[in-house]
Amino acid sequence: MSVTQAEVLAGIKEIVVEVAGIDPTTIEMEKRFNEDLEVDSLSMVEVIVAAEEKFSVKIPDDEVTKMTTVADAVNFIVAASK
Amino acid sequence: MSKTRVVVTGLGATTPLGGDVPTTWEALLAGKSGVRALTEEWALDASVQFAARVAVEPSEVMERVEMRRLDRSEQFALIAAREAWKDAGSPDVDKTRLGVVIASGIGGVITLLDQYDILRTKGARSVSPHTVPMLMPNGPSANVGLELQAKAGVHTPVSACASGAEAIGYAMEMIRTGRADIVVTGGVEAAIHALPMAGFASMKALSTRNDDPAKASRPYDKDRDGFVLGEGGGVIVIESLEHAQARGAKIYAELAGQGLTSDGYHIAAPDPEGAGVARAVEYALKDSGVALSEVVHLNAHATSTPAGDVAEANALGAALGADIAHVAVSATKSMTGHLLGGAGAIESIFCILALHHRMAPPTINIENLDEAVTLDVVRDTPRALPAGPIAAINDSFGFGGHNVVLIFKSFE
Repeated sequence: MSVTQAEVLAGIKEIVVEVAGIDPTTIEMEKRFNEDLEVDSLSMVEVIVAAEEKFSVKIPDDEVTKMTTVADAVNFIVAASK
Repeated sequence: MSKTRVVVTGLGATTPLGGDVPTTWEALLAGKSGVRALTEEWALDASVQFAARVAVEPSEVMERVEMRRLDRSEQFALIAAREAWKDAGSPDVDKTRLGVVIASGIGGVITLLDQYDILRTKGARSVSPHTVPMLMPNGPSANVGLELQAKAGVHTPVSACASGAEAIGYAMEMIRTGRADIVVTGGVEAAIHALPMAGFASMKALSTRNDDPAKASRPYDKDRDGFVLGEGGGVIVIESLEHAQARGAKIYAELAGQGLTSDGYHIAAPDPEGAGVARAVEYALKDSGVALSEVVHLNAHATSTPAGDVAEANALGAALGADIAHVAVSATKSMTGHLLGGAGAIESIFCILALHHRMAPPTINIENLDEAVTLDVVRDTPRALPAGPIAAINDSFGFGGHNVVLIFKSFE
């Protein structure tokens, strides 16, 4: 099932709000999880597991380590769900 | 060399009687019970269907995002520590001279059990990455240490139901030995859950008075039938007298000394002779330099178990001799339930406030005093304590045969 970039971004926003409790309007594609969004390495695991469930995709651990920004995660999920 | 004097300058708590120290103290003096029927599904067909939950849920005073990364015991620690630190005046201190010693008897057992349920139902990948920092017994201490940026050392002594008292004694030694000027210390517990309750019930340690929960915790009463599990915790700020006076801190009382022993008798049962307890009282008196004539109040461990209350009373009689006659004994677990690793901490706070306000809290639910108990128990209403220099004892014991006695003095 394919999803659009906008749909994935909206989903990631929801998850990051749940995990890190920050203002959803500050969550944009170029924002970095750790430095800008208070998502540390432990919370990143929560974000990934929640995203896997939400979009029915598998995100391998070596891909997670490459995901610095919201865009990295969104683009991977869009590609993986095609 | 004379010992560094250590004083208490801040108090914090969240208990079955209140979400902070003033509310808890007021309810304690009023003789209110914090014990209630449990409404959780697992409790409905359990052999024990009541406990003493905290009066104020953490969600009422803590942000959701912060809560989800903290075990309930860690939430209690932060809530109590924030109150205590603020009460101490939120001092600007050298962080390398600031320590934290907060204990728990069991640690993050609710997290452990909840995550095991997730492992079984949803698989390993769904287990929270926060599981280990949430279940580790040093988690409450570590989280408070992190928040306050304490760098003199963060510690967690574990000795079952004596843990909270042992933490405060350890904290005192950090100051006496020069490792720290100021330490945030106490104990917490969050173990009201089907498994720990089933375990205690299986030992026949819990009261089964399901038809009247508020009357179930009845230390020294003839018909006592076990303890009532409570949750919450207490945290105090202690510092060297010199440090406290240099910053103009208000001083509640002096933490004068401690006595530590072990029974070598049984993994769970108290030594009926109480020799270990008596020695701990003797050591604490010696360590504190307090004269027996000054001791006017004692907050007893008295959990409401048939064997434990009498063994303790006998031991206190042996240790205090004729001087026991002028000691007003309070068994506050009759109101708070038994907070396990938090007990020694909240009961230390009660001792400190008893000295500060010159008022011993009552013991409730004694309908027929057990004849084997010859202590002067403060019953139903508070009792005024005398003027002049006075001291109070808090004794705590834990499964494993751990005995911890703390002595507090009025600050002159």
